[in-house]
Amino acid sequence: MFLNFLDELRAAGIPASLKEHLMLLEALEREVIGKSPEEFYYLSRAVFVKDEGLLDRFDQVFNKVFKGILSEYGTQPVEIPSDWLKAVAEKFLTPEEMEAIKSLGSWEEIMDTLKKRLEEQQERHEGGSKWIGTGGTSPFGNNGYNPEGVRIGGESKHKRALKVWEKREFQNLDNTRELGTRNIKVALRRLRKFAREGAAEELDIKATIDGTARQGWLDIQMRPERRNAIKVLLFLDVGGSMDPFVKLVEELFSAATAEFKNLEFFYFHNCLYEGVWKDNRRRFSERTMTWELLHKFPHDYKVVFVGDAAMSPYEISHPGGSVEHFNEEAGAVWLQRVANTYPAAVWLNPTPEQHWTYSQSTKIIKDLMNDRMYPLTLDGLDEAMRELTRKH
Amino acid sequence: MRFQGTKSYVATDDLKVAVNAAVTLRRPLLVKGEPGTGKTVLAEEIAKALNAPLITWNIKSTTKAHQGLYEYDAVARLRDGQLGDERVHDIRNYIKKGKLWEAFESPQLPVLLIDEIDKADIEFPNDLLQELDRMSFDVYETQETVAAKDRPIVVITSNNEKELPDAFLRRCFFHYIKFPDRDTMQSIIDVHFPGIQKILVSKALDIFYDVREVPGLKKKPSTSELLDWLKLLLAEDMPLDVLQNKDPTKAIPPLHGALLKNEQDVMLFERLAFMARRQG
Repeated sequence: MFLNFLDELRAAGIPASLKEHLMLLEALEREVIGKSPEEFYYLSRAVFVKDEGLLDRFDQVFNKVFKGILSEYGTQPVEIPSDWLKAVAEKFLTPEEMEAIKSLGSWEEIMDTLKKRLEEQQERHEGGSKWIGTGGTSPFGNNGYNPEGVRIGGESKHKRALKVWEKREFQNLDNTRELGTRNIKVALRRLRKFAREGAAEELDIKATIDGTARQGWLDIQMRPERRNAIKVLLFLDVGGSMDPFVKLVEELFSAATAEFKNLEFFYFHNCLYEGVWKDNRRRFSERTMTWELLHKFPHDYKVVFVGDAAMSPYEISHPGGSVEHFNEEAGAVWLQRVANTYPAAVWLNPTPEQHWTYSQSTKIIKDLMNDRMYPLTLDGLDEAMRELTRKH
Repeated sequence: MRFQGTKSYVATDDLKVAVNAAVTLRRPLLVKGEPGTGKTVLAEEIAKALNAPLITWNIKSTTKAHQGLYEYDAVARLRDGQLGDERVHDIRNYIKKGKLWEAFESPQLPVLLIDEIDKADIEFPNDLLQELDRMSFDVYETQETVAAKDRPIVVITSNNEKELPDAFLRRCFFHYIKFPDRDTMQSIIDVHFPGIQKILVSKALDIFYDVREVPGLKKKPSTSELLDWLKLLLAEDMPLDVLQNKDPTKAIPPLHGALLKNEQDVMLFERLAFMARRQG
C-alpha cells in the first residue's frame, strides 16, 4: 500500500524509510484520521517530513503521486459511499417524503435512485473537463441551481484538500533559498570543535570524587571550561560587483562574529593581493601585509573567502592586473600561497551557481581553490562547513 | 481521546491530525515553528484537553540526557560516608528521579513536554533514543529497570538551532506551526479577548501585518507579541482614531515596544517616518 508514494518521496530526496511507512500504516489502521484526502495529506506529512525545508518538496510529490488518482475520482462513475447518500437523504428529504418513498420501495431502492440521479447530475455538469485540479473552479460551487452538486460534500472537500498542497505554502522554506542570520548561525555551528583550554576555573566533579576517595579527605580538582576551539580567518570582497550582495554578506558576517570567538576578518577587492585591510574607510592608509597574516596565524586556522569572483581574468593571472594599484605579484600567486598555508580553505560565492560557468575568472579561482567553491545558500554553506571540518 | 483544540487554543486541521496521530500511536510529536507561535502552549493545551498532568522538562545548553532519567548524587554519599550517616548503606537514597522517570511512574497518563530540545548538546537526542522508543531504561546503580506502565504522550519543541539526528526524527511525528494567516489570527484573538471591538482588531491586524511586511526587520513580531500589544492597547484605552491614522509621517505604531524588540528595528521605523516627512 502506497509503496510507490514511498519510492517517489525517496526519489525526491526526502529521507523516508520503512519505519515511517509502517508508522503511517499503523496510524491508518488505528483510524487516527477520517476518510478524507485532506486528513490523509496532513497525516502523511506529519509522518514523512521532519524538516520544514522539505515541506514544499513533499507537497509536490504528494501532488504528483495522488493527482491522477484524486482527479479521476470524479470523472468516472464510482461507488458513492452510502453514508454520504444517507446524509444527503436525511438533510434534504422531509420525514414525510422519506415515508412516502419508503412506502414505494426498500431503503436500498431509494439509495439506488438517488445514486443514479447523482451520477447523471455529475455527467451533465462536467462537460468532459476535469473536476479537480487544473481549472481551479469547481463545477459545484458555481452552479447555484444544482443542490445535489453542492450537497455531495466529499468532492468539494477533495478540492479543498488538493488546494492545500497545491498552494505550496511552504515554498519559501526550501533549503536552497537565501539565508537569514539565524539560518547562517545554524549552518556555522557545524564548524565546532570543543576543547578544554586556558585557565582551570570549573569544578571537575569526577576527578574530585576520585581524588577524595583515594586520599580520604576532600580533594578539589579544577579544570578549564569547554570552549569552541575553531579559529576562522574571513576574507571579504568589497565594492564594485559585490554591491548587490551587501545585505547577504552582512548577515553572514554578523552570524560569524557571534558564533566564533576566534574570528579574524579582512577585506580585499576582487582578488587577494599583497595587502588587505580591516576598515573600509581607511583602506589605503591602514593596510595589513598579506605576508604578515600568513606568518601570524597558525596553519590550523580555517580560511573562508567571500566574493563573487567576477573580474577580468588578468586581475588574477598577471602582475599589475589589479584595478586599484600596481601589484608586483599576480593574484593567483597570493591565492596559491594562502591555499598552501591553510589546508582548510573554502570560497563562498554569492552569485547563483548556474552562472559560474559563464565567467572566466570564476573558473580560474575555482581551480585555484581546488574546486572548493560553494554558493552562498544554506546548502552551500553547509557543504562548505563540512569541507572545513574534514580532516586535512 | 481526540484533540480538537481548546477554548483557549486555536488548532488548525493539520495540527489536530498530527496531535491525534501522536496521541493514538503514543509516538513523540516534534513541533517546530517561529518563536511565539505557541509551541510550548500546545503541550499545556493537550494536557488540558486530555485532562492529563503536564510534566515539563526545560532543556538548557548544559542539560544532559541522563538528567532526565535520574542522577546519582555521589558527592552527598561521599559526605555521608565521612560523617558516618546510616543512609549511606542504601544507594537508593542518593538517586534523584528525573522528569522521564517521573512521567513513567505517574499514576495518571501524563503529557511530557521536552521544551527546546535543540538547546542541548548535539548528541542529546541520540542519548534519549532508546528511552523514548521503548519507554524504559535501566538504573545501573540499583540494577533495576524503570518501565512506563502506559506510554506517556511526549511533545518535543525545537527552535531549529541545531539539526536533530535522523534516527531520532524517524521515531517522531512532525508538525511545523506556520505563521497564522489573517483568519486564524482573528480567531486566536477572539479566543484571547472575547469582548474586543471588531474594528479595533481589524485595524490592529492591518498594522501588525504591515509591520511584518516591512523589509529588513531583524525580528518580525509574532502571535504572542500581537496578543501583548492588543492587551496594552486595551489597557491604555487607546482611541480608535490613533490606529486609523494613516499619516505616513507617524510610521511608528502606538506602543510599538510590544511589537518591535530590537533597537535596530525601531531605528528603521524612525528612519522610514523621517523619509516620509521629508518627501511630504
